[in-house]
Amino acid sequence: MISRRVVILNGIVLLILLAATAAFARVDLGVWNTPIAMAIAVAKAVLVILFFMEVKVSPKLIWLTAAMGFFWLAILALGVWTDVMTRVAIFPR
Amino acid sequence: MRDGVVAHQFDDLEQQNEADRLGMWVFLITEVLFFGGMFTAYIEYRTIHPQAFSIASHHLDYWMGTINTALLLVSSMTMALAVHGAQRGKRWISALFLFCTIVLGLGFLGVKFWEYAKHINEGLVPGRGFKYMGPYAREVELFMSFYFLMTGMHALHMTIGVCVVTVMLLLTLAGKITRVYHSPIVIAGLYWHFVDIVWIFLYPCFYLIGGPK
Amino acid sequence: MTAVDAAARLPIPARAKRPMREHYLNESYGLRSWLLTTDHKRIALMFLAAITFFFFIGGIAALLMRINLITPTGYIVGNETYNRLFSLHGIVMVWFFLIPSIPAVIGNFVLPMMLGARDLAFPKLNLLSFYIFVFGGCFTIADVILGGVDTGWTFYTPLSSEYLTSQVVLAIAGVFITGFSSILTGLNFIVTTHRMRAPGLTWFRLPLFVWSMYTTSAILVLATPVLAITLVMLAVERIWHFGIFDPRYGGDPLLFQHLFWFYSHPAVYIMVLPAMGVVSEIIATFSRKRVFGYKFVAFASISIGVLGFLVWGHHMFVAGQSVYASTVFSFLSFLVAVPSAIKVFNWTMTMRKGHVHFSTPMLYALGFIGLFTIGGLTGLFVATLGVDVHVHDTYFVIAHFHFIMVGGSVMAYLGAIHYWWPKISGKLYPEMWGRISAVLIFFGFNLTFLPQFLLGYLGMPRRYHNYPPEFQVLNVMSTAGATILGLGYLLPLAYLIWSARYAKDAPPNPWGATGLEWQTDSPPPKDNFYETPIVTEEPYNYPETESAYA
Repeated sequence: MISRRVVILNGIVLLILLAATAAFARVDLGVWNTPIAMAIAVAKAVLVILFFMEVKVSPKLIWLTAAMGFFWLAILALGVWTDVMTRVAIFPR
Repeated sequence: MRDGVVAHQFDDLEQQNEADRLGMWVFLITEVLFFGGMFTAYIEYRTIHPQAFSIASHHLDYWMGTINTALLLVSSMTMALAVHGAQRGKRWISALFLFCTIVLGLGFLGVKFWEYAKHINEGLVPGRGFKYMGPYAREVELFMSFYFLMTGMHALHMTIGVCVVTVMLLLTLAGKITRVYHSPIVIAGLYWHFVDIVWIFLYPCFYLIGGPK
Repeated sequence: MTAVDAAARLPIPARAKRPMREHYLNESYGLRSWLLTTDHKRIALMFLAAITFFFFIGGIAALLMRINLITPTGYIVGNETYNRLFSLHGIVMVWFFLIPSIPAVIGNFVLPMMLGARDLAFPKLNLLSFYIFVFGGCFTIADVILGGVDTGWTFYTPLSSEYLTSQVVLAIAGVFITGFSSILTGLNFIVTTHRMRAPGLTWFRLPLFVWSMYTTSAILVLATPVLAITLVMLAVERIWHFGIFDPRYGGDPLLFQHLFWFYSHPAVYIMVLPAMGVVSEIIATFSRKRVFGYKFVAFASISIGVLGFLVWGHHMFVAGQSVYASTVFSFLSFLVAVPSAIKVFNWTMTMRKGHVHFSTPMLYALGFIGLFTIGGLTGLFVATLGVDVHVHDTYFVIAHFHFIMVGGSVMAYLGAIHYWWPKISGKLYPEMWGRISAVLIFFGFNLTFLPQFLLGYLGMPRRYHNYPPEFQVLNVMSTAGATILGLGYLLPLAYLIWSARYAKDAPPNPWGATGLEWQTDSPPPKDNFYETPIVTEEPYNYPETESAYA
């Protein structure tokens, strides 16, 4: 079971991460804006999953199920994205 | 599943609780793939239309988006606290936090609809009413299509979530949730947290691209 | 007058008076006890009725298409109607027959029994799954009545998103809704398999049908939501002109195909994996031998499930997909054939030195192995980039997938129905008619679809209501085969219904098979077992004979 202290601490950390991502968005960091925003979003999601959804104290099967879902989405997104990025004209125009 | 009693297909309460939890998680991964289809499409279009998406993002209200994210993060915390209380049999604490969660959720929906109304007034709804005429107008309309589709789908799930948590509140007030039998609140919590996670990704995807205005 | 003559003159109720054992069919009567049941066995039967209805709708569409193709210029329907017919055939056969067939009928009935459970984990969700299926089906019927859809079952954009000539939204609404029926079934099976196995039933003591159904359930749960959201996006574009797949707004029509096939390729494994599971069971029983290489077959199922998600681009080789992506997809498509081949090899080795009985289910299973092999090998043809450029969208592809879906899955489905019929109905079907039907179906199938390989290779395109005159002979052969196939399908419908009322009662284990479902009565009691079974033995533990392969 996750203790009340950990839940509240998690909430505070999440709000700090929110402030961070909001602040970073106001600063022009060129190509780094997107990766930083995504990294912070992933961090928030992981914290919610581990502590609010109690995956950290759940059986391995639950952890595996959660991971599978996101992994499969990655397969879809990567498959589409790599196609889009590598479309070249085979014959010269 | 009747109040506190083990359903006939299960051998004991522990098996029922484990089945409920696994069942909700399997359902949540179907939701990951469901929203994921839209995120996949979004990723393609953001990759091939970076400037248009940047311009379009500036038409969204950064502060409303940030406030909404804060509301949802806090609501996840209150939901976790409600589950925590239910697991320990603390009926009134659990009910209080469920109520907070509902209020925060309704607050989110309120802000969202206010934003939508603003977009309608500004002529940013894709289709025949679209009035934006600046650079990359067509791709900006594509961005707005995704904005309405994805945040709309999210808002629909939020609404369902608010209804589910309301039912949980009623069950708690009626004394049906106990230290022994609190599985419904746990799985309602899982659903709520998932809807929060979707928003955690929607927020930077729509509100935070393109740097400062 | 003898005592027998006197008895023969008694009114029927008196003659038939015998103590009746209570089982799931007679434990309660009345419409409500069926429509509101949560018993997985009754739900399975309701699914059986529903999908049989849809099979006939899809079948009639096919028959009309084949009759139309007797002459090169089209015979009885115009080209617009022909387009609606092949769309209807695809939509109904894929989503309203094949995908639910083995999972929702056989899986629902047999899976909990194979696990030693009283029911699935979520019986009410199971009932909901049935009603969602029916509700989705209503949309499809409505679509047909209101004129039908002409986009093909694949709904490609921009035809489906921009042109208002047919009822696209109704059709996709029906498919969208029915998708949730599949998702709930998969969810139920996964949780049941993980959490409700009988004491002693470890993973490697499970029948191979369970391994197949588990993999299928994972695919159902991971792939179907992507189809759902894709159809939502298509509907939104069509109704509100959102421009998601429209190049004029910077959209990408090929994105639709990516999202559609990410579901639809794994969907074909949803259709074939349960069939493979059935074949494993039937081959073992009627060879009186344990399955050769049990773990290889189990892991092959998982591999097919995983690899099946990595090959969707092979449907888009000529659609504008990047040539690099196409190469990767082609290679992965070759890989996915390997676990299937392993299974075919293992089934064959199971029969070697076994005591083979050519019962009706065995005839269907053997038909599956032969026809699936041909279908699978021709899959390698279409997976080859260069060949696919030539045969894409021709009858070659149609023959390829019908060999697997009809020669494979439908035959396995019929085999499953016959194999578990004694358990389901408590009656023995007439064996002679069973064998006649199986042979007729096999013959009719081959006559229908073998010519189509030739037609496709020679260049006849698919989804055309007419063709060059030199293709007529092969088309007539195909239509003749389709007629025989149709008659073959009608026979089991007739004698199975007859047997439910008039045939001999079945003992608990008419085949002498291993497996928990055969350790209880035929038909089973409502809770499947009188006592929870405890498993201590390996699966398929048939006694070894001198000549059997150890």
